[in-house]
Amino acid sequence: MTLNPDYLDYPRRREGYDHDLYDWSEIRNRAPVRWPGGRPLAVWPCIAAEFFPLTPSDTPFRAPGHMQTAFPDYRHYTARDYGNRVGIWRLLDAFEVRGIRCSVAMNVAVAERYPALLEAVLSGGHEVLAHSTDMNGTIDGSLSADAENAIIGETRARWAALGVAPKGWHSIARSQSFRTPDLLRAHGFDWTCDWVNDDLPWRFRNGLVNLPLNHELSDRQILNVTQASADSYATQIGDAADWLAGEADASEGTGWGGRLLALELTPYIIGLPYRIGAFEALLDRLIASGQCWFAPGGAIIAEWSAAQG
Amino acid sequence: MDDPHLYDFAPWRGRPKLVWPGGRTCAVWVAPNLEFYEIDPPTHPRRKSWARPHPDVVGYTHRDYANRVGHTRMADVMSEFGFPGSVSLSVALCQHHPAIVADAAARGWEFFSHGIYNTRYAYDMDPDQERAIIRDSIATVEAATGQRIRGWLAPALTHTVNTLDLIAEAGMDYTCDLYHSDQPTLAKTKHGAITAIPYSLEVNDHYGFFIYNMSPREYADTLIRQYERLASEGEQSGTVMCIPLHSYLIGQPHRIGPFREVLRHIANDGRAWVAKAGEIVDAYRAQVPA
Repeated sequence: MTLNPDYLDYPRRREGYDHDLYDWSEIRNRAPVRWPGGRPLAVWPCIAAEFFPLTPSDTPFRAPGHMQTAFPDYRHYTARDYGNRVGIWRLLDAFEVRGIRCSVAMNVAVAERYPALLEAVLSGGHEVLAHSTDMNGTIDGSLSADAENAIIGETRARWAALGVAPKGWHSIARSQSFRTPDLLRAHGFDWTCDWVNDDLPWRFRNGLVNLPLNHELSDRQILNVTQASADSYATQIGDAADWLAGEADASEGTGWGGRLLALELTPYIIGLPYRIGAFEALLDRLIASGQCWFAPGGAIIAEWSAAQG
Repeated sequence: MDDPHLYDFAPWRGRPKLVWPGGRTCAVWVAPNLEFYEIDPPTHPRRKSWARPHPDVVGYTHRDYANRVGHTRMADVMSEFGFPGSVSLSVALCQHHPAIVADAAARGWEFFSHGIYNTRYAYDMDPDQERAIIRDSIATVEAATGQRIRGWLAPALTHTVNTLDLIAEAGMDYTCDLYHSDQPTLAKTKHGAITAIPYSLEVNDHYGFFIYNMSPREYADTLIRQYERLASEGEQSGTVMCIPLHSYLIGQPHRIGPFREVLRHIANDGRAWVAKAGEIVDAYRAQVPA
């Protein structure tokens, strides 16, 4: 068999990227960012608050963490529900006792179903990030433009009915289409976090900001995918914080500068009784280092934007 | 086909003695993969580029992290302890991000080809098609760096049965695609023997983190164990350890610190000959001409 000759054509082989969504730059060549209080490291805790309908949808794909057994999968339905009833409260308590404000990427269905949770998030000074409708609201490049537009629009409208206007959007599984950045702008979103290519925010050509929510450092990746212990998770995040803070500290004259440590937290994963203690100890260690500025995503973007001049 | 007849069998026990410069027992080379993955590549009939419909946002931007953040972080740690890179290069990186290629060249690193893109696969190419990507690789790297490449690591490890013959025909003298030994060996081609230099799947950071699900510290411990054993066995006959890297993996902030300690350990041990791939090939062929 011979390959089609077109396979050796490279129409987008040129300086820069092979797409027109955003521009390339190396982090070390950018204007150094300084976070409030002169701290070298912005730490962004981002909790995922998710509602998994008992009947899962595979269009366009089934969300990570969704139902797995034959119907009715009470095992996973209730184990995920544990996140909204128990796990997230442990996380919110851990933050509030330490004076930390975070982001909560919330399915709008969670806000509608559990007003007490929405109220606690808002009154605690935390930030709500739109996270689609529910865990059946997945998006990818196979979805039609109309269907994708409908999901983003419906999410926006349902938040509006609750009197909340999230500025940021986090797609389920960080999955987007080529259209998504423009659709997010059209529906009034200022930023997203799904494009995991950097340790600082950056801007799409259409003006949308991306605050990279590192997937490798997520609790799902470290605890569920690699099956590490909670202590190993804490060690890995601690090592990341030390490195990033050191890199930022060494910035004078080298082009390095303030850095971002993004922590995606899933209440039914990190919020379990045998794991939460290691996470709380990690927070205490990060606080004691004196290197960390904890903030919601929007506040980090505001500081970064101001430093762009 | 049962046996592609790539090389002759030779048992580990009773091998001829290889010696490395300065009496070092283990030749250590670091092979950073400097890659470009296309966001919307054409479909190959035998292999999908991305798990998700295009754009695979996480897949693409994870690799993109290398060229925005990871490369310099990894390269600075290598330079700190005197480890040059022997670069497995997606040669289209010379067009897309010439500054990354220039940085590697300025550090004195060696380049070999890893195909045009890591999203273009060689399976099913006829010899003229494969000759075209070999010629493209040689010309592209020469234009960007002045270096004439000597080696090949098949794009995304995709081969044809002609690959070794064709790279030898083009004047290359080493391959990184054969995993049968912890020493260099001769690989047979229609155009004479070339050197198969040990690369590694097993201690490749991709395997460590995504096949074996190691934590960063477990991976660092794995590399040190690999080194200690090879440096010890190398007293009988010199061994080779390759550390194949991808800076979107090893350059992540939770991994680079433990990895730095590995380089410190090897650099300070005294038994390592830290070298580039071409230097190891030359030292081997001086002892085993054909």
